[in-house]
Amino acid sequence: MNAAVERPLQPVFIALQLGDLARSIVEAIVADNPTATVTDYPAMVKIEALGRLVIRRESVEERIGRSWDLQEIHLCLISLSGSIDETDDEFCLHWG
Amino acid sequence: MSTTPTTAARPASRLGLKERYGMMTRDLGWETTYQSMDDVFPFDQFEGIKIHDWDKWEDPFRLTMEAYWKFQGEKEKKLYAIIDAFQQNNGQFNISDPRYLNTLKLFLTGVSPLEYAAHRGYAMAGRSFRGVGPRVACQMQSIDELRHAQTQFHTISHFNKYFHGLHDPQHMFDRVWYLSVPKSYFEDAMSAGPFEFVTAISFSFEYVLTNLLFMPFMSGAAYNGDMATVTFGFSAQSDESRHMTLGLEIVKFMLEQDPANVPIVQKWVDKWFWRGYRLLTLVSMMMDYMLPKRVMSWSEAWEMYFEKNGGALFEDLSRYGIRMPKYHEVAAKEKSRLSHEAWAVFNGYGHAADFNTWVPKPDEMAWLSEKYPETFDRLYRPRFEWLAEQEKRNGKMWRNPTLPMLCQTCQVPCLFTEPDDPTTICLRETSYHGMKYHFCSDGCKDIFEDEPEKYVQAWLPVHQIYQGNCFPEGADPTAPGFDPLAEVLKYYHMVPGADSGDFNTSPDRMNWERWTGQDLSDPAQPPEPAPKAA
Repeated sequence: MNAAVERPLQPVFIALQLGDLARSIVEAIVADNPTATVTDYPAMVKIEALGRLVIRRESVEERIGRSWDLQEIHLCLISLSGSIDETDDEFCLHWG
Repeated sequence: MSTTPTTAARPASRLGLKERYGMMTRDLGWETTYQSMDDVFPFDQFEGIKIHDWDKWEDPFRLTMEAYWKFQGEKEKKLYAIIDAFQQNNGQFNISDPRYLNTLKLFLTGVSPLEYAAHRGYAMAGRSFRGVGPRVACQMQSIDELRHAQTQFHTISHFNKYFHGLHDPQHMFDRVWYLSVPKSYFEDAMSAGPFEFVTAISFSFEYVLTNLLFMPFMSGAAYNGDMATVTFGFSAQSDESRHMTLGLEIVKFMLEQDPANVPIVQKWVDKWFWRGYRLLTLVSMMMDYMLPKRVMSWSEAWEMYFEKNGGALFEDLSRYGIRMPKYHEVAAKEKSRLSHEAWAVFNGYGHAADFNTWVPKPDEMAWLSEKYPETFDRLYRPRFEWLAEQEKRNGKMWRNPTLPMLCQTCQVPCLFTEPDDPTTICLRETSYHGMKYHFCSDGCKDIFEDEPEKYVQAWLPVHQIYQGNCFPEGADPTAPGFDPLAEVLKYYHMVPGADSGDFNTSPDRMNWERWTGQDLSDPAQPPEPAPKAA
């Protein structure tokens, strides 16, 4: 594969177990990621985005009205695809 | 390492995530001096993988053991609260249809013992890696997998109070013919080296393929009213994201450490993709035939999770020189055939399976026609209609009185058809030291030919039955009237007609009607699902 060729953006996704917290996280993702598309399944929700998907701690905190440790995402995470980059403030899925 | 906090958003006394992770994992390791590192870690070099700097490996979740215990404890509390509520509310009667229970039986006997095997496998892999990052990640995963085995056995034990086939999963896992498919898969991985084990389980199985098992199964459980299973499933799956990440990271780590690692990793990716895909045959029939209310078809799931998401993954890995797994195009050709071919075989051998079997009802066949317009009506509907006719005429399902030929590698019966001809059974063979070995596919034949000394040792259940190794102690095959099938089922701890056999005449169905007052006899009127659990 020629590295100089511009590759189309590949999709990344995250799937969450439904619940109040997950709903707020989904809202935050949709607000912060213009390409995010949300699909509902029984008991779970899957959010896909092109190339990059970011979850911002502050965006979630605004919605749930309390301070939130990003690692709490482990409590409702079901699955994901993409490489992960996590700090105290952002959880990012991306390719490349 | 600096201990100065760098994250402005946090109180000054607290370390940032990266610093915490560094101090609580990598900084806990040391170079041994009384013994050489090679003597302390003797198993991380023989596979040919070259590692120059173990510190380059980092868990992107940056989970420390302290945070791990905190979150795992919380997950357990949530799970057990729901299990209690489920039992208190007789949740077992809220499921859509008692046929659904058979997916639980397949899961408990075929998947839960794999969780225990994974617990052992990661304990071994963790001990084998000299790098602290992967060692801590393997330790967490080993503990996770033990938790999964325990929570699954515990949750499903409630159903065992009411229904058949749930009484002895580990015993069956080690003996029953189709359960040798998952068992041999894991034992193949565990008897390889630590890098191949992690590539096999964390990458090929968990990252590339596990979405096809857990997502439709758990969402399917929710759709069929089983809140207990949804909960243990999602609780396990929340750990799974970490496991998938370990798989991707370890593969990228190997590829970045040395170009000589690339062909070795590609060979493992090819092998374990095919092994995992064959194992998922059981999942395909569960999705299309065993779930009374279906979330999506196998073919749709394959397109979404392998072709699209897996495609994105392999596109990303192409910069290291890794290509799509060999024979992925065969899997694409089989996606509209796999579940039908598998369920037809289980219809034939349902008298020796640890779950009840049935012919799809007319409305279910209509769903299959809609989801598989190219294949179902043309190739499979006539077979299932014939089977339905036999059951109607004889009052019992048609059964195959012989034993199937198993593939030497994947141990699935040779039931698949030629990639380009769905009307011809696909068979391959090879000779090794004068003995002939049989395979279901080119993929399985290639795997054998790469390591024949390993696969000639396979414990193939059908061979073992014919050799007389699967009868209970004291059975005398020379005695007059000896019934080999009855003895094999005894050896499996299965009660014929209850644990195995036709759903329509099963005690599970009779009990269900008696306990719930529902009448399951009219196929035009399936029982009302109770959308009660919330």
